[in-house]
Amino acid sequence: MSSPEELTSGAYISHHLTNWQVSIGDHWFMVLNVDTLLWSITLGIVFLASFRSVAKKSTVGVPGKFQCAVEMIVEFVNRSVKETFHGKNDLIGPLALTIFMWILLMNMMDWVPVDWIGKIAEFIGGFMGVDPSHVYMKPVPTTDLNLTFALAFGVFFLIIFYSIKIKGVGGFIKELTTQPFGHPLLYPVNFVLETVTLLARPLSLALRLFGNLYAGELIFILIAMMGLFQLPIHFMWAVFHLLVIPLQAFIFMMLTIVYLSLAHEDH
Amino acid sequence: MDINATLIGESIAFFFFVFFCMKKVWPPILHAIEARQQEIEKGLAASEQGEKDLELAREKATAQLKEAKTQAAEIIDQAKKRATQLVDEETKRGHEEREKIMAQGHTEIEAERNRAKEDLRKQVSALAVMGAEKILERQIDAAIHSDILDKLVTEL
Repeated sequence: MSSPEELTSGAYISHHLTNWQVSIGDHWFMVLNVDTLLWSITLGIVFLASFRSVAKKSTVGVPGKFQCAVEMIVEFVNRSVKETFHGKNDLIGPLALTIFMWILLMNMMDWVPVDWIGKIAEFIGGFMGVDPSHVYMKPVPTTDLNLTFALAFGVFFLIIFYSIKIKGVGGFIKELTTQPFGHPLLYPVNFVLETVTLLARPLSLALRLFGNLYAGELIFILIAMMGLFQLPIHFMWAVFHLLVIPLQAFIFMMLTIVYLSLAHEDH
Repeated sequence: MDINATLIGESIAFFFFVFFCMKKVWPPILHAIEARQQEIEKGLAASEQGEKDLELAREKATAQLKEAKTQAAEIIDQAKKRATQLVDEETKRGHEEREKIMAQGHTEIEAERNRAKEDLRKQVSALAVMGAEKILERQIDAAIHSDILDKLVTEL
């Protein structure tokens, strides 16, 4: 918003909801959302670096304050995993922790007032000789479908991988076809039903996270256009996100654990 | 909000993050937590054991103190008895010694007196003989009349 008079509110909103895109090929698919990649990878590294720094000097003795905080999160995730998942799998704990912390950090970008990072980006872009109205910066990566689907497909891949690993290809196909109806004539119906159920898992994971955060961000943008009244309303909406942000991270983590424990169940 | 190659980039990032977390982050932190839990468990058990031991030791100490007190009282009692006994014995022996010494003294005195008496008798008889000699002046032979004289001495 370099010159507010020129921008309508619709343009303002769409400007805030447009990704910084860089084309890397001729095909329509060959486009990278640089802001999503930048923020998500930065936050992922923030998460891993801080936890790694604790892991490196973690002592059995009296822990420091930061170690305590990190251990509380790890302990919380570990308890969630142990309550739901009863098999033995070294991947599921770190997977749940990564999902929870990464989504939490990315969702927390929602709290940064919508114009701050955009303005800084516009300033830097202007400094580098780019028209500020063409600088796009969406700092909440979870409002990008590419990221939520990447996470959901990752989980989906693991569901398929462990289903086949534990039950074998035959067992997996049997599971898809012999339920819920026992009669062989109804196996095709079963297959359709079970496939839809299976595919609905990543779809619902991705769309739930995206929908919640996208809507939240949209409301933040709308509030940002309200003039002076935005301050208390923004505060209230941010307080509400105190609930939404960790809840969405937790739901994504919990459903991942549940889906993977279902994949491990051998009938 | 269209799907594009970012999907692949994010997928790669996601798997890399999970892999790194699984290799380098999760195991050491969880290990530290579990080790500390064990340590705390051990510490609690040890403190409970220590408390029990302390209670036991206290009971033992009280019992020993009591025993020691009764023993001490016994010893003191015995010592008192022995002391009175000793005093009694010594007093008795002292008395006996005194009696003995006194009896000895008496006999010695008696003997001295007898000797003195003897001496006196002898001297008196000699004097009597000398007197008789002087009275008779003559023919009296001491040897002839010695039996008379001895009789006289015993009579003295």
